[in-house]
Amino acid sequence: MRSQVEGSQAVARAVTLCRPQVVAAYPISPQTHIVESLSDRVRTGELADCEYLLVESEFGAMSACIGASAAGVRSYTATSSQGLLFMAEALFNASGLGLPVVMTVANRAIGAPINIWNDHSDTMAMRDCGWVQLFAESNQRAVDLHLQAFRLAESLSVPVMVCMDGFVLTHAVEEVDLPTQDEVDAFLPRFLPQQQLDPEEPVTIGAMVGPEAFTEVKYLMHAKQLAALDEIPVIAAEFRSRFGRDSGGLVRPYRLEDAETVVVALGSVLGTIEDVVDEMRELGVAIGALGITCFRPWPAAEVRDALHRAARVVVVERAFAVGAGGIVGQNVRDATRGLPLVVHDVVAGLGGRAVTRASLHRLLEDVVADRLDPARLHFLDLDIALVERELTRARGGRRPGPHAESMLREIGTVASGAYD
Amino acid sequence: MFAVRIHGRGGQGAVTAAELLSVAAFDEGLHAQAFPTFGSERTGAPVVSFCRIDTRPIRSHEPVAEPDALVVQDPTLLHQVDVFAGLKPDGFLVVNTSATLDQLGLAELVETLTPEHVVAVPATDIAREHLGRPLPNAPLLGALAALTGQVSLSSVTDAIRDRFPGQVGEGNAHAAEAAYEHVLTTMRRLTDA
Amino acid sequence: MTFQEIKLYQTGTFVVGNRLLDPQQRSVQARTGRSNSLTSGHRACQGCGEALGARYVLDAAMRATDGRLVAVNSTGCLEVFSTPYPESSWQLPWLHSLFGNGPAVASGVAAALRASGRDDIRVIGQAGDGGTVDIGFGTLSGMFERNDDVLFVCYDNEGYMNTGVQRSGATPPGAATNTTKVLGHHPGNAFGQGKSVPLIAMAHEIPYVATATVAELRDLEHKVEKAMTFRGARYLHVFVPCPLGWGAASADTIKLARLAKETGIFPVFEAEGGQVTEVSRIRRQVPVEDYLRPQRRYAHLFGDNPRPDVVARIQAGADRNIARFGLLPEGDA
Repeated sequence: MRSQVEGSQAVARAVTLCRPQVVAAYPISPQTHIVESLSDRVRTGELADCEYLLVESEFGAMSACIGASAAGVRSYTATSSQGLLFMAEALFNASGLGLPVVMTVANRAIGAPINIWNDHSDTMAMRDCGWVQLFAESNQRAVDLHLQAFRLAESLSVPVMVCMDGFVLTHAVEEVDLPTQDEVDAFLPRFLPQQQLDPEEPVTIGAMVGPEAFTEVKYLMHAKQLAALDEIPVIAAEFRSRFGRDSGGLVRPYRLEDAETVVVALGSVLGTIEDVVDEMRELGVAIGALGITCFRPWPAAEVRDALHRAARVVVVERAFAVGAGGIVGQNVRDATRGLPLVVHDVVAGLGGRAVTRASLHRLLEDVVADRLDPARLHFLDLDIALVERELTRARGGRRPGPHAESMLREIGTVASGAYD
Repeated sequence: MFAVRIHGRGGQGAVTAAELLSVAAFDEGLHAQAFPTFGSERTGAPVVSFCRIDTRPIRSHEPVAEPDALVVQDPTLLHQVDVFAGLKPDGFLVVNTSATLDQLGLAELVETLTPEHVVAVPATDIAREHLGRPLPNAPLLGALAALTGQVSLSSVTDAIRDRFPGQVGEGNAHAAEAAYEHVLTTMRRLTDA
Repeated sequence: MTFQEIKLYQTGTFVVGNRLLDPQQRSVQARTGRSNSLTSGHRACQGCGEALGARYVLDAAMRATDGRLVAVNSTGCLEVFSTPYPESSWQLPWLHSLFGNGPAVASGVAAALRASGRDDIRVIGQAGDGGTVDIGFGTLSGMFERNDDVLFVCYDNEGYMNTGVQRSGATPPGAATNTTKVLGHHPGNAFGQGKSVPLIAMAHEIPYVATATVAELRDLEHKVEKAMTFRGARYLHVFVPCPLGWGAASADTIKLARLAKETGIFPVFEAEGGQVTEVSRIRRQVPVEDYLRPQRRYAHLFGDNPRPDVVARIQAGADRNIARFGLLPEGDA
């Protein structure tokens, strides 16, 4: 049924339809509306036979999901930002144990400085934790990805995180087509755990493995992730046949036919990018976009295939490896190794800074005119003068104090996030 | 595409207003999107919300920089936030005030806009009368519907009643209707003059 | 079965009982039908108090639940010595996740069992003192506060022994470890305010809290069985000497556990809903010196530069326990 609904409510409804039996919840903005809504749904009985655990931390949340999943039930949690990092140890544990937990991450920046707004620093920091990472570009896709995430997780016994931009999607009221319970039940079979804590058949789960076999056990994890690259399109195809929508999959090409320039991105910024692509196409620029839906496992072959005709690739990403460069860009470069194309790394939209059509136009015009130096990491809308003033100031004193404070003083605004 | 930006203070319902507007548009078969810019949740802090309405599906998620319509829920924001940033010359402006726009010192700005696109609405007074509480949200939506014609009054009141069942919804719906009438009357006077 | 203390008059000690008793009064370990949940062949050190304690705890819990039991184990000695794959000493479903999350994982298992209508299967969580009083403390408190149906057992050997004997929040004052060596002006662990997790557990007002030592194994079994009669969060803190970490003879494990109780250093008691209901009184009070001397971790208190002042402070701590819990023998109080 189509309805005009907040992203978090839509996701909570989708999760409810997937019938998890244990939900562990800990509040952190901007994920909170999801677990609040799930609490309501468990209390009213809309989500039946489900234990809702109010844990004391995100570490506890993921740990409870690990226990519940090992005990053989479908388990779910949601988090953001610092919460995801606080779970870090348990994330690796869930994937190492092969437990098919599903988690929503409402993407948010990582402090310090503390910042509650959107970027991808949280999930990018956890990109190598052995979880599948699927990125939603709209609330419809967020809903659809949750259904597919449970299916994928349980078919391969791997944990899956569905990443959706905090505030930008979680708090956006958009049109969403919500499936019915019957449709979801037909798409998502009952959870049949591959391992289970059962007194009838006692097993030891999580014991030590030494150098004799650790490599092989880890390789198997890698092989499973590669198997997900085959499984994800199969699940997306079945989803399309049942629900009549293209959702999920590994990558999503947009107007790539004859594109000389291709913008690669993840998440909600893709909608804005597609608008810009259309506007530039109107002006005769051969440009397209490639949305990465599945970032882990990394669909190198599909990315290479989608980009092999391009001359320039611009990776717009909402995170970066401090002191190194682009993260997605590095992966794109790896996937396109040997191809005659230039890859630009562009960091954009950190800590809630809006990625606007105007800025994207300026960027892409520079790219198309070969005015952007591909050897350097580029920051969209960076106020470099502010940075330089601060560096000058800091050189002057014996104890210059926190950079963040003086930079905010310098631009004369309060870190409130209110529109400016 | 018709883009609306709503300026309010935490607790005045700017976020709910954008959401209700999007629901009203959705109910008319249009595509709509509403979203806030959030700070930490604090009563009284400046809040901005956005709503886009279009006949085509909406893909963009950037904030509305150049609104077609602007709603100011609290005139005290005029001195604190650049509320008029990016307002198009043919854009619409709804200000909640029982004073005139001249008295608010907006004469100069109003001159740059189309006269029949600008209205001052005593939304807080109207809300107090119909709702018993000074919540300007619903009357401002009624006023916006009257001024822009982007959504019908009945869609607005349906969205209100759907979101707030019972007496609260009724009171808000009546407040929206009263503001709608207020704007039509004001506009009639303007054209008659 | 009501608990009956069994005294062997030949030795004057309370022990686990024997097969001359009525079958109903025999301890779980004295039964041929015991579950051997932590079975032989594991890699614990000789004289390991934790291995002994865990064996008694689990077999008693298995008996109480008729074999419907799942164990969750935090990282630590018990996890390591019992399991390197493909070997496992565990003859019950057993899950190890991390060092600091045992209580939360156990909560998750309990929630899953409840959600699937299998709350006839009970959950036991186990950790050493590091995994309980330090790194796992947050998740433990959460589990208590929610009153999740888990019996959590801390095997307290007063330090991080698995990593090579470092100080934990449960290491007693004066004790030398590899991070509190006999160097400088204040040799050994500093005198802090202590950290009694049993008392903290009581402050959560959970249904049942008990302490026990491996010197009185019948008492330990009894407390496990009693704990399993409650629903909700339960906590059992078991004092388990560590020959390796304490620098004690393997043959002295039981003796040291007994002395810890008889000196008043480790109070043995039970509490329900936040109130102490039973204390295990001292039978023949002995000075703490008798307990400290056999342990190399306290050797610096008695060597060439003896520290009677430190011993006196430790004695004062034991005396406080005795007064607080009323541990003196009947008639002496």
